[in-house]
Amino acid sequence: MDLVLVLVIQVLFAMASLALISVGLAVIFGMMRVINLAHGEFLMLGGYSAIFATQHGINLWISMLVVAPVVVGAIGVLVERTLIRFLYGRMIDTMLATWGLSLFLIGLITGIFGNTTVGISAPLGGMAIGNYRTSIYSLVVIAITVVLLVAMYLVLRYTRLGLFARGTMQNPDMAAALGLSPPRVYAVTFGIGAALSGLAGALIAPISGVFPTIGIAYIAKAFITVIGGGAAILSGTVTASALFGAIQEVGTYFTTPVFGVVITLAAAIVLIRLLPQGITGRFLKRWL
Amino acid sequence: MMLKVRDLHAAYGRIPVLYGVTFSVAEGQFVGVLGHNGMGKTSLLRALMGFLPVAGGTVVLDQADITDWPAYRRSRAGIGYVPQGRDIFPNLSVLDNLRMGCAKVDGNDAPVIDSVLEDFPRLKRLLDRLGGALSGGEQQLLAIARCLCGKPDLLLLDEPTEGIQPSIIDEIIELLERLKQSRRLTVVLVEQNLDFIAALSDRILLIQKGRITREVSPGSLKDPDLVGEFVGVER
Repeated sequence: MDLVLVLVIQVLFAMASLALISVGLAVIFGMMRVINLAHGEFLMLGGYSAIFATQHGINLWISMLVVAPVVVGAIGVLVERTLIRFLYGRMIDTMLATWGLSLFLIGLITGIFGNTTVGISAPLGGMAIGNYRTSIYSLVVIAITVVLLVAMYLVLRYTRLGLFARGTMQNPDMAAALGLSPPRVYAVTFGIGAALSGLAGALIAPISGVFPTIGIAYIAKAFITVIGGGAAILSGTVTASALFGAIQEVGTYFTTPVFGVVITLAAAIVLIRLLPQGITGRFLKRWL
Repeated sequence: MMLKVRDLHAAYGRIPVLYGVTFSVAEGQFVGVLGHNGMGKTSLLRALMGFLPVAGGTVVLDQADITDWPAYRRSRAGIGYVPQGRDIFPNLSVLDNLRMGCAKVDGNDAPVIDSVLEDFPRLKRLLDRLGGALSGGEQQLLAIARCLCGKPDLLLLDEPTEGIQPSIIDEIIELLERLKQSRRLTVVLVEQNLDFIAALSDRILLIQKGRITREVSPGSLKDPDLVGEFVGVER
């Protein structure tokens, strides 16, 4: 019984962390169709922002929940204004540019912080479940992820900001004819996607530590989740992370972590073969 | 004069489509622009809205030179645009399409939408539907309603009868006549449906090969010989 509970928590945590590292990309790639190969570096910058702020005396929670998204969101707007905005609709050029950005950011951070792993210990300690122990922090990450996804749903569904973003992505010229400035909507949306990635990177930092090339560990998973999820960015991300997170954890439990990832990737290939438009291309079509 | 267009030139890339269009529209006027396919009707409206780069000439709206303004500034200056093909947001509900139309309205958009829907009873039953699931006629009504949500002073209408069943065409004529009175709209309509344009327009301009060639009275469109001579349309 205790073992089952611990396993359930692990599966939920795997789903939550997959959703976390993917939501920013769901906005930038799922919604805006920008293939951002620097997505992993946005996560990395979130981790560094949180750790740097904490080391300079800012409360850990404020560093993670406020400083990291604000810093990375601002970097995102800067990147959109100086680089991405010239490349909308030019897929190959965008990939090259963001790959270059990725290498630049890795080099920049290596130069500033060195090529070593920095970390902060996970707060809140552990908790006993029968003969097993689990970290309270992982429960908090699950809870924050749920809150974040619900908040995103509310923003997209009920606020004008969410509506304007959805409408502008569907038809920028018509949005302009109705009085919206598409360049501004693009910049804000990209910034929000970057901020979400910064938040995710910060929340994961206490668990995994941060080093300049850590983005490589995340980017493939994030793209697979967003593509597997399909057009409805939110329900797509949730269902795809739930599916892949569960497969990965169960696979890991019965084999090894390495095989867990292999099984997940195999499952992703099968899924895309069966549902080329992703899960929400077939199901939940009218959802966000 | 509300809108003054002088010697407007525009081109798609290196292919010119407007060769010096000159006309003006007074406040409250309903001006029809009649012409064949390929004569530059849609291009004229796209240039007025800022979607087609202007190569020469000027566009003046209420004393302001808007020739180089981007589309969203023209919209905020009071131009409403109902494009050819209607450009409904397919994955937004009818209500959300109307809320998009309220983008330049500050504050609460619900009262604006309610007042616009008074004129569009047919849309009231469809608010939850996706825009892409509507029929052509319903989409046309929605496109006009969405445009009115932005409270435009000048309405640019691009072939609202294209691909629409006749029953709704009559409904649109009645609707536009009502709106002309109740909202004191100034309208530039481009069309090739003679009955539609004659029923609504105060003045009719003929466009041929990217130029306004002459002005005729709406009544003269009832004379088939004149029509044949003006636009080469056989009836």
